[in-house]
Parts: sequence; C-alpha cells; structure tokens
Amino acid sequence: MQPFTTLTSTPAPLKVVNVDTDMIIPKQYLKTIKRTGLGTALFSEMRYKEDGSENPDFVLNQPAYRKAQILVAGDNFGCGSSREHAPWALLDFGIRCVISTSFADIFYNNCFKNGILPIKVTPEQLDALFDDAERGSNATLTIDLENQTIKGPDGGEIRFELDPFRKHCLLNGLDDIGLTMEKGAKIDAYEDKLKQREWA
Amino acid sequence: MTATKGPQTLYDKIFDDHVVDRQDDGTCLLYIDRHLVHEVTSPQAFEGLRMTGRKVRAPEKTLAVVDHNIQTTDRSKGIQEEESRIQVEALAKNAKDFGVEYFNELDKRQGIVHIVGPEQGFTLPGTTIVCGDSHTSTHGAFGALAHGIGTSEVEHVLATQTLIQKKAMNMLVQVDGTPAPGVGAKDITLAIIGEIGTAGGTGSVIEYAGEAIRGLTMEGRMTVCNMSIEGGARAGMVAPDEKSFAYLKGRPKAPQGAAWDAAVRYWETLRSDEGAHFDRIVRLDAGNLPPIVSWGTSPEDVISVTGAVPDPELIADEVKRASKKRALEYMGLTAGTKITDIPLDVIWIGSCTNGRIEDLRTVARIVEGKKIHESLDYGMIVPGSGLVKEQAEAEGLDKIFIAAGFEWREPGCSMCLGMNPDQLKPGQRAASTSNRNFEGRQGYRGRTHLVSPAMAAAAALTGRFVDVRTLG
Repeated sequence: MQPFTTLTSTPAPLKVVNVDTDMIIPKQYLKTIKRTGLGTALFSEMRYKEDGSENPDFVLNQPAYRKAQILVAGDNFGCGSSREHAPWALLDFGIRCVISTSFADIFYNNCFKNGILPIKVTPEQLDALFDDAERGSNATLTIDLENQTIKGPDGGEIRFELDPFRKHCLLNGLDDIGLTMEKGAKIDAYEDKLKQREWA
Repeated sequence: MTATKGPQTLYDKIFDDHVVDRQDDGTCLLYIDRHLVHEVTSPQAFEGLRMTGRKVRAPEKTLAVVDHNIQTTDRSKGIQEEESRIQVEALAKNAKDFGVEYFNELDKRQGIVHIVGPEQGFTLPGTTIVCGDSHTSTHGAFGALAHGIGTSEVEHVLATQTLIQKKAMNMLVQVDGTPAPGVGAKDITLAIIGEIGTAGGTGSVIEYAGEAIRGLTMEGRMTVCNMSIEGGARAGMVAPDEKSFAYLKGRPKAPQGAAWDAAVRYWETLRSDEGAHFDRIVRLDAGNLPPIVSWGTSPEDVISVTGAVPDPELIADEVKRASKKRALEYMGLTAGTKITDIPLDVIWIGSCTNGRIEDLRTVARIVEGKKIHESLDYGMIVPGSGLVKEQAEAEGLDKIFIAAGFEWREPGCSMCLGMNPDQLKPGQRAASTSNRNFEGRQGYRGRTHLVSPAMAAAAALTGRFVDVRTLG
C-alpha cells in the first residue's frame, strides 16, 4: 500500500448527500477479478451519457477537476454495499482523499486498506470547503496527515481527528495482514481455548 | 478475556468473548468463527493469498457459495454471460485450491449467502460471522455478531481468522406493540430506517428488542437485521431464544447431541443484562404501523401506503433539498402524488431480505386463484435458495405463482442488484421486496419502490400499490 503523508490538489465538490457505492461504481463493473483499472468506471452513471460520451455537467468532467485528488462530498458518503471496488475506483482515478461530514462504516474502513484518507469535518467546515472547491483551479487544499490538518487556499486551517492506529498504518503504508500474523501465537492460544467449546 | 465491567449488552458480551488481542488505543484483534464467501468480493482476496504464499487459516470455518452473478433461468448449460462465468469459475477454483467447502450453481443447497448460512446451521448464536457483503447483518437475527467487510478484510480473515476492529457503540431499537394483520418485519425495518435515517446507525451495533421483535418468526427477524446496514449500522442483532434454537436444531452444520445441549446452555446467557448501557435508544410502536413504501432513491425515503410523495422544497438544507429533488426526478414522481396512484411495471419478489419460505407463503396466500394485473410488464419470484425452492414446490406454491402469471426462477440475488440478466429497463418502475432503491440498483435508470412481500403481492393484482390491511 502506498503511504499517505501530504497531498496538495484542487478539491472537486460533489454536492450530493448519501452518495452510495452503487453510484461510485455500478454493479456491471464488479465482475472483474482484479483490483486495478476501475478508474474509468468511477461514478459511471453520472459521468457518462447513455451513448457513452461524457456528461459535461458532472464535476469530474469539468476542466478544473479532471485531475482532482481530493473529493469534497455531502453527508454519509459511501453508504450501501461493502464493495471495495468503490475505493479501488476512486484510487485508480487518482483520488487519495475524500472529505465529508460522515462516512458509512464499511466504506470508511475500506479506504484505509487502500491508502485513501477519508476526513470527517463539521457541517460548517464542509460548507466552507464546498466554497473553496467551487473556485475550481484557483483553489487548492493541502492535506497534512502527520499534523492532521487541511490547509485552505486563503491560509485557513482545519484540524481533523483520526484514529492513531489507522493514521500510523496509513503514514507508513503498512500491510494489516503482516501485522496480524506477528500475533500468530495469540491467535493459536485463542483457538486452543475454543477447543473447550465443542460446538464452536 | 472480559475487559468490560458491570452490566453488559449482548454486543458487549460477544465482542469481549472474541478479543484475541487488545492494543492500548482500544484497537482489537477479533476472532472470527464463521466466514461466508461469494464470487464478487473474493477473487482479489484469494489472489492476494497466492501472491504472498499464504494459506486459508481455517478452511473448516469458511463456506463459499455462488449467488450474485448467476442467471435464474436454466443453468444446465452453464453460465451464459462470459464475465460472470469467469468470476464464478474463479470462486470454484479458489475454493478447490484452498480447501474451502463450496456450493456451486447446480447444488440444491446453493442460494443467497445470507439465506444459506442460517439454513445450513452455519450461522449460530454467540458467534462472529463476516462476509464480503453488507447484508451479512442478516445473521444477527440469531444473536450472532455479523457484519459485512471489504475484500482486503476478506483476505485478512482468510489468512488469520481474525479482523482488526474497534468497539462500536451500542444502540437499542425497542419495537413495542403488535402489528396489524398484513403489516410485518419489512414495514418495521423500513419504518426504523425512515426514523433514524440512512446514517442513523453509523458507528453502532443495533440490538432489536421489544414485544414486536419477540413476536416475529426467525424469518422476520432476519428481514429486520438484514436491513440494519440500510440504517448505517455495523450490525443488527436479536437475543436468541427458543425460536432461534428451534430453527437451528437438526440443521446440517448445527451441533448435535451433547454438543447441542452445551451450546444451548451457553446461548441462553446471551442477552443484554438488566441496566446495561446503550449509547442511544430508539422506540417504535408497531401497533400503529401502516404498510410502508419507499418513494425515493435512499431507503430512508419512506412513507405510509396511505400517504403521498413528500415535497422536497420543504427541506431547509440546500444540499439535502437538491439531493431529494434529484431523487424525485430520477423516480419520475411529483410531490403530492398519492402512493396508491403510482402505476407499476414490474413486481419483483426475492432477495436476502425477503426470499425465504415464509415470504413466499405470504405471497401465495394473497395471489392464490388470482391473476397478476394486465398492466404489468411481468412479475418475477426468485427463491432465496435451492432448499427454499424445493420447499415451496413441495407445498405447491410454484403452481400458485405460475397460475397467477408470475415467472418462477432459480435461486440467487437476481434483480436485487441486477448483476445477472434480471434487470429493470430504463424508466421501468418496480415494487420490489429487496433492500436498496439506489439509482440504477435494479437496472440502469430503473425505478425501485421497496415494500414487503405482502405489499408486492397485493400490488401485483392491481398494478398499483394497495393497502394490504384493506384486503381482509
């Protein structure tokens, strides 16, 4: 996993609440057996017209946001299905950070497994970030994970909270499975105790 | 292993019982007793194991089944769609290579993973159950701690039989009263989501309690727990009782003999203690509950069948107002339209929410001897598993459905998410017993109204929504 330290980018505003994972990546793209290559399918039903051409109204098709690495979105981003194809598609498109007031649990979790930083802010902070984002290429945000800050285009700074363990893994690009396997003896001990439960 | 002192909730007890390791910051390594695997969210996880030379730590605690991709028509000549076939073949190969038990598309035990687990007795009270599928919350109906995980976590569980978790908050949803005839589990769960909102349960595990929940059958409790995720909750659960034990006894993977007796003694302790702390309590009176219909593109967009499409202009928040206006536009509805005036094109009955035998019996009682309305494009019934199908056919339900004009299909997820050929066409409007009315969920530009099986059956006869309480 690619470590996440700092990120400077124009943020793209997606002013929709309850963006669900079907919206982020529709079902027809879930038949892949790979993790990569899903960027072109990101937000497919909003991004493309029925004939396959781009919908010029959709934010990521507008010149200022085509290379955005930060997405600013309405409440409860990533609700619905557990599909990790959603963060895979975001990552493949180039988005490394999503900012919202809240995230669905499974999506939130999935982001950290893929080097994407989901940031929770207050509704007032989100409104201000939407305003920044709507200024297009005239405005950039800088995310500093170590210091847990978002620096705005006018010098303003927002501090965000993050679980220390998740932060540590993201900063260092650590592989969860490797870390857990180091605790193999504890898992063995638990399984030994389980043997007393014949039914389990 | 217990760290929490004082009275505990059901969730506290099961969580504590499964802690393998607890870090100072509260991050825990949680042991996973049961892992269900399907074809869509597992190929990249098995690929990860291959790339790192890792094995499945506990194949005997892992069960694989195909459900999302397969066609619900004749399967004897294989899976027709190439990408779907490749994904299904990948699961078959992965199961074989890693020594995991697998129910393929021709096995009569095959079905939707969340119907198969309980049916086989793989799902047990007091266990931790995960699956790369958000509707894993279904299994909480038995008093298990069950939730969906992403593919990276599927790989983590395959490799280590554990999951890295932090304790969630405890939320109690107390449902009192007795619902009117025709009103049931689906209406209860839709009403709860309408009340708390689709993010209302975020960061929480919900325990459902109260007279109305106790009164539900296991099938009904599974319907309620299934949709916990639609309210944003990590998991939903109901304390196990005699109904849970009776459902499980004698199932192929349930304990037998002395092990069964020991298990029941333990399972009987699985309830929230008097005075246990809940971070949030929500109450609902099922006695006054009408049948519920969704009108928008989020499961929180619900209203009584006796109501009308709400007006988004009345919402103060700009982004929310715009989102709900977008939902009405997508659904092709105007504010103020009575729910019973909405004409339908398709009736779809099935899914891990409502594809069990009790759901099919309810539909059969309503449509027996009648015909689905001529204005409908079609009505489709998809049993949740091969065993549900077999049971339905043994009871003659298939004949009732076919005589009424329904299509009677092979088991799977089908049009709940339309990964197989069962999809709505653009603009088609469905009454669906599934769990999500998201944009494009049941087919590109398709329009979904979530309802109970009874409401879907009644709508099939008239081509529009009817208050099932008036059917007598």
